[in-house]
Amino acid sequence: MVFNMQKTRSIKATGWKRMGFYFVLSAVLIMSANLFAADDIPDYFVPPPPFSEDIFPCSDCHADMEVNETRRELDAHEDIVLKHAEGQRWCLDCHNPNDRDKLRLVSGQLISFEESYSLCGQCHGTIFRDWKAGVHGKRTGYWNGKKQYRLCVHCHNPHSPRFKPLEPLPPPIRPDDLKFTQSQGTEIPKNPLNSIPTSEGKHAKE
Amino acid sequence: MPKNNAKNPCSKKVRRRTFLKGAALGLASFALPPAHADATFWESFFQKHFREMNEDELKSVISRLEEEYREEYDVQFNIKATKPIDGVQYGYGLDLSRCIGCRRCVYACVEENNQSRDPQIHWISVLQFEKGHKWVNIFEEATKYYNPHEVPEEEFFYMPVQCQQCENPPCVKVCPTKATWKERDGITVVDYNWCIGCRYCMAACPYGARRFNWGKPRVSKEEYNADVHYLGNRPRYKGVVEKCTFCIQRTREEPGRYPACVEICPVGARKFGNLLDPHSEIRYCIENKRVFRLKEDLNTSPKFYYFFAT
Repeated sequence: MVFNMQKTRSIKATGWKRMGFYFVLSAVLIMSANLFAADDIPDYFVPPPPFSEDIFPCSDCHADMEVNETRRELDAHEDIVLKHAEGQRWCLDCHNPNDRDKLRLVSGQLISFEESYSLCGQCHGTIFRDWKAGVHGKRTGYWNGKKQYRLCVHCHNPHSPRFKPLEPLPPPIRPDDLKFTQSQGTEIPKNPLNSIPTSEGKHAKE
Repeated sequence: MPKNNAKNPCSKKVRRRTFLKGAALGLASFALPPAHADATFWESFFQKHFREMNEDELKSVISRLEEEYREEYDVQFNIKATKPIDGVQYGYGLDLSRCIGCRRCVYACVEENNQSRDPQIHWISVLQFEKGHKWVNIFEEATKYYNPHEVPEEEFFYMPVQCQQCENPPCVKVCPTKATWKERDGITVVDYNWCIGCRYCMAACPYGARRFNWGKPRVSKEEYNADVHYLGNRPRYKGVVEKCTFCIQRTREEPGRYPACVEICPVGARKFGNLLDPHSEIRYCIENKRVFRLKEDLNTSPKFYYFFAT
């Protein structure tokens, strides 16, 4: 009987240990899940950020360079023209000085380029709210299924975010300009949609 | 007056009604062109109304149409007749503060829905308005022929107009052959085999959303979209009316793709979803943006919501 009791106690003890282990494990899992969930960003597919060619990872060049926070004419990145409240910010307000492969929020929290929406959302809160609801910005996929979001930077150049003007596709034919071209020999006009550059993402279906 | 005036020369009494019936049948037989008097011609002549056909009849009609199209266009079309999804009312949102008038939607629609390239048919008209003008219900003050080098232009704004999928569609009311009707999911459709081309619906539509095939629609073979719906983008005939169906061939799938115009819009001004789903994008727009519908005073109750987002 005594022996039996001892046995049950030891079983109990290992049981507690095991429970403790699982408790800690689940706590870690839940916490990390919360960390990655970045408040209420829906779990929708976002394509990778549109980096210029051969520019990422930034640390390839920046790792050995000294951090220089002064406003100046840059020796590199000549293509970047800052037109985004430029009086109030400079490179390192958004880019993280010590690890250039990350962006930095005002709070000091580091985020990856894949989550750059959190950075934009710091100032553009109402737009960020609409984006999360799927109302600001382009959305493709299925209306009752999986949707594809885009990052802010897919449509807005972060350094100069105003939407760039486009060339419109041709206007409809005026009734006055109608000609009876309906004979078998005449060629059927092609859809002008096929003439727009593919960089514009004509078929952003996949 | 002699009484035998009332008698016919054969001295056989024929009642007026019988005579007229016989005459009508005789004339009708002349109206049928004997050259086309094969089986498929009779089948198409006596084709039932879409909503009165059972599954088998619909299947045979579809295979007959696929055969006809293959012969005529040398394209193997896949004609679907997907039914409405239960608990779905389609709704559309368009953010006028984003639209730049680039007309990508117009031609994406042409591509997806096999609109005739010649004579030209567009289901979407992008209207250009001068800023500050009285505008919303007066399309006459707008132009759809604007053609600058780049859009948007500083002093204008743009409003694309297509079928508004009214809850109370005036076009359906006037159709003498019931060739157009509102489906259970709110999409107003046309059966091109029942349309007689009287264009009453075009006169009734306050939004100018319907188009007429004045000539035989022409699309080059390689530009045909072979994935078609009986009530949507299947090839049309000369002399029938057509219109936007919210891309019925895409949106009725499960899961349903967005309409082609939503998918192409480079500024994301177009929103689409289920009005009955409180979590849909369109419901968010209606609840959080100041939406309006065109010509609300006509009580057509469109399911197409325009808004200005901030």
